[in-house]
Amino acid sequence: MRGVNWGRAAIIGLPYLWLLMFFVAPFLIVLKISFSEPAIAQPPYTPTWDSWAGVQAYFSNFNVGNYLFLIEDPLYVGAYLSSLRIAATATLITLLVGYPIAYAMARAPQGWRPALLMLVILPFWTSFLIRVYAWIGILKRDGLLNLALESMGLISQPLVIHNTEIAVYIGIVYSYLPFMILPLYSALEKQDLSLLEAAADLGCKPWEAFARITLPLSLAGVAAGCFLVFIPAMGEFVIPELLGGARTQMIGRTLWNEFFLNRDWPLASAVAVVLLIVLVLPIMIFQRMANRAGAG
Amino acid sequence: MSRFHWTHLAALLLGFAFLYAPILILIVYSFNESQLVTVWAGFSTKWYFELWNNQGLMDAARVSLIVSVCSSTLAAVLGTLAGVALARIPRFLGRTLFSGMVLAPLVMPEVITGLSLLLTFIAVAVDRGILTIIIAHATFSMCYVAVVVQARLAGFDASVEEAAQDLGARPATVFFRITLPLIAPAVAAGWLLSFTLSLDDLVIASFLAGPGSTTLPMKIFSAVRLGVTPEINAICTILIGIVSVGVIVWSLTLKQALARKAADEQAAQRPASA
Repeated sequence: MRGVNWGRAAIIGLPYLWLLMFFVAPFLIVLKISFSEPAIAQPPYTPTWDSWAGVQAYFSNFNVGNYLFLIEDPLYVGAYLSSLRIAATATLITLLVGYPIAYAMARAPQGWRPALLMLVILPFWTSFLIRVYAWIGILKRDGLLNLALESMGLISQPLVIHNTEIAVYIGIVYSYLPFMILPLYSALEKQDLSLLEAAADLGCKPWEAFARITLPLSLAGVAAGCFLVFIPAMGEFVIPELLGGARTQMIGRTLWNEFFLNRDWPLASAVAVVLLIVLVLPIMIFQRMANRAGAG
Repeated sequence: MSRFHWTHLAALLLGFAFLYAPILILIVYSFNESQLVTVWAGFSTKWYFELWNNQGLMDAARVSLIVSVCSSTLAAVLGTLAGVALARIPRFLGRTLFSGMVLAPLVMPEVITGLSLLLTFIAVAVDRGILTIIIAHATFSMCYVAVVVQARLAGFDASVEEAAQDLGARPATVFFRITLPLIAPAVAAGWLLSFTLSLDDLVIASFLAGPGSTTLPMKIFSAVRLGVTPEINAICTILIGIVSVGVIVWSLTLKQALARKAADEQAAQRPASA
């Protein structure tokens, strides 16, 4: 081994510094601002630790007002809870939709698989905003779905889907489906099929073999897919904003409104800190799994 | 032998119909003559010409292009370094923190990233504009590049690099002559991914944009809030087209490169076995 060299220092140091400056430091600043009082001036918060005296003053009047407000106002508690509920339900639906697709891909003839994989990845490259927008035209009151169902005579009244929670579920499942399929596929594709043959030889029924062999062996993929969907869905803004209507409250939207409409930056920061606290555990589990997968 | 059952085929067909139908419908209706999005009134390309005359949209497209090219290039450089560090340097101070910082932005809700970066730039008195969007996009894109590069490097063992070093090559030479060519396809994929992520981003750009730096997604978003129009369908179709062509060209060149490599390897083995 060589000693310390500049190349090595640059390889580690540059991205390290960049992430410290633009990823870690910002969280500390958000934390700081979440404990400050809103002010009318621009920027709309009172900076409280610009000097050492400021730091002392800061800790002597530690302002937890924003957090008390979050707890006391049922609007915010409700937004967190409904985000949790919507993200968890949508994750479950995504899993139920994604599993058969991933399973079929993993069992497809070898020659098809690269093309199938490409077909799953391609929508992921396409704009998220565009894909959500595409659903408005389908789901709205005079949209294509209602038009098609009416012309087939299946409904007499247009279905109200756009601007409801159902539309949010559709949007999340649609947008995050590739994130679910890819880890599931890679878990299912690795499986040794001779296990299933052995099970069949020993008189195991196909569904039983699935429940006792295939499914347990794919649990790592299930977990990875669920985290990849749940965590970003929890803070989702675009989908509830465009598909959910006024009544669907999710915390990402609350944060956006607090920031852009009410211009209450400290409160928006507090909303962000609490959201991060809620997500810290799933994010850490996800990282642990990703690291283990990377090492193994 | 596992059999490919008809239910498997049905799952694939339904799954891909679900994934692609909305996009195809959007594209089809961008060629609709009528202003009403759900009524088909004949083929027309007039909405595309109307885009051309929409100055605001064109300005936003220019801003988006600048941001995407700059941020993805920056992300490719930083992400490659990070990926190499994670794959090839097993021990350094704060490695756990480092790998955490690389993975966390992948799942971090955009509203948090956007808000926190904005407050940072205000705290250090940097004006919001194209530069701040570029920095923000480079920050989360570099993590994608790092993951892709790390995965690629994990597929090669370090023996080639070690051999070169044993034969007296300097670390910089090893990096530029061996490591970089090995990971070039991953870097290219990472660049392309960063480019599309940046071109797509609405939330983070909204937090970090200043006057005169409205990006295309921001423009589309404000138009979408007012309703579905064929003009938006047209601009979306163009964006989908650009990205699809990019991805397909990239995957074809990759396939060709792999085929050439395989042919070279075969040619190299032939005299040895003869």
